[in-house]
Amino acid sequence: MSVTSVTRTTGSRAAAASSRSALARLTATEAKLFVRERVGLVWGVGFPLLLLIIFGSIPAFKQPSKDLGGLTTLDAYVPILIAFVLAMLALNALPPVLAGYREKGILRRLSTTPVGAVRVLAAQLAIQLAVAVVTLVLIIAVARIAYHVPLPRQVLGFAGTVLLAAIALFSLGLFVAAVAVTGRAANAAGALLFFPMMFFAGLWLPIALMPSVLRHISSFTPLGAAVQSLGETTSGAWPHPLLIIVLAAWAVAGSVAAARLFRWE
Amino acid sequence: MATVIEVRDLHKEYGPTVAVDDVSFTVEAGVIFGILGPNGAGKTTTVECVAGLRVPGAGSISVLGLDPRRDRAQLRQVLGVQLQESQLPDRLRVGEALELYSSFYRDPAPWPELLDGLGLAGKENTRFGKLSGGQQQRLSIALALVGNPRIAVLDELTTGLDPQARRDTWALISEIRDRGVTVVLVTHFMEEAERLCDRVAVIDAGALIATGSPADLAARAGEDQVIRFRPSAEVDEAALAALPEVTGLFWHGDQLEVTGRGDVLGAVISLLARRGIIARQLRVEQTSLEDAFVALTAQHGNGRESAPSRR
Repeated sequence: MSVTSVTRTTGSRAAAASSRSALARLTATEAKLFVRERVGLVWGVGFPLLLLIIFGSIPAFKQPSKDLGGLTTLDAYVPILIAFVLAMLALNALPPVLAGYREKGILRRLSTTPVGAVRVLAAQLAIQLAVAVVTLVLIIAVARIAYHVPLPRQVLGFAGTVLLAAIALFSLGLFVAAVAVTGRAANAAGALLFFPMMFFAGLWLPIALMPSVLRHISSFTPLGAAVQSLGETTSGAWPHPLLIIVLAAWAVAGSVAAARLFRWE
Repeated sequence: MATVIEVRDLHKEYGPTVAVDDVSFTVEAGVIFGILGPNGAGKTTTVECVAGLRVPGAGSISVLGLDPRRDRAQLRQVLGVQLQESQLPDRLRVGEALELYSSFYRDPAPWPELLDGLGLAGKENTRFGKLSGGQQQRLSIALALVGNPRIAVLDELTTGLDPQARRDTWALISEIRDRGVTVVLVTHFMEEAERLCDRVAVIDAGALIATGSPADLAARAGEDQVIRFRPSAEVDEAALAALPEVTGLFWHGDQLEVTGRGDVLGAVISLLARRGIIARQLRVEQTSLEDAFVALTAQHGNGRESAPSRR
């Protein structure tokens, strides 16, 4: 009885090319599904832009305010809307998709193919991050062009803050996807995190107007630290080191927790 | 014939329960190999180890000369798997799913033909969520075959299909085998195993209790076959009873009932033919695989209460 075997040729150029095209198609397919799913597009892109336009149309929001340190309410809200976009995509759009993929055995099915399940996670993250970047650029551009909100003056600090905040938020989103058993549970858990985090980001009451206890708590939440750091860098300063440490700590903690707890089935 | 799958002393435990207990079997190229057993017998765990989805506790597995864990990348190119209860995103269209999964493989099968063969032609633009359960199941089979695999592992493939779809699926699986693909079929459905499988392995409570062709197993279960007919002329009962295969003769009016083993039908008919007697209204009741299965698992018997609860 002979044992037939498969020739062991690895690392051939053809295989590498075919796996690249597989990853491209996987990303394109996930992008289509992201559009069809609508949640991310409506709440992560459309809604913050709509808020910006509404706030921009309120004359009082464009008057400098002494309480806000000479900024207009609209100026103060641009960083909050940036936080809103990141939180909406990372906590409300991403986790139900991934937890649903696990619940429905899609990750398992992928793990029986040459592509494997890790790549679908990578494709999802790539899409959500790309949508976030485009939306942030749109918000900053619309705010500048239509409503004369000044552009960030400490560009490096601003971009670094966005990057750290994105890592912190998306790793928290992956953590939610890791611990939620079903897509529905992930949805609920994401919303449960979203609202308090957006409160401390100043969505309902800008951080500068909060009582000092709340302001202190806010500095230790990922979105509160992000919004304060975005405000500081917009006005041209380097962010307070504590804010950067807080963001970095959340990014590390979220990534470690997600990597430890994520299950494929 | 070449061996494509070799499982030796496979052992797998989940905590205190033994899911698979030293199972060994080989699968030859180009056959439909059935893994048969009651729910919770360890069938799925066994094929998941073969497919490299689970790490065996002990024992060795070789699939096309590859180690399912170490050589996973190569194995995935040549082994197609259809798992129980795996779905797709509801909003993904059938054509998009097949196009996507084809792109994963170096040498994919033309998927429109697969769709035809599975009775899904014309469904390319239908979203997965809008398909019926049976259609989803058939798409799942198509995805297992779209990579043009040399081995296809199909776990409970016709669950949830109506009788017509089930028969169509069986026809497709036979066709795939005839094209040289080795099929490993996990099932608890005897008729499916009897119709489709060239060889079966019966697993009960984690242990392998028999392997062979469905006919072998039926014969081995030792149940008598029963032949009934009305002879056209007087028969020599002593000569019939003297045949080694015959174990009993009974008259029901003018109808003769012969019970026996092995090729008792051939022996009786040739004896009658030599004497110019015709067996009118001939009926044969054979032991089915189902009877054999019940007999085998009953013999294996008393350990059943401790059968692990997982499949």
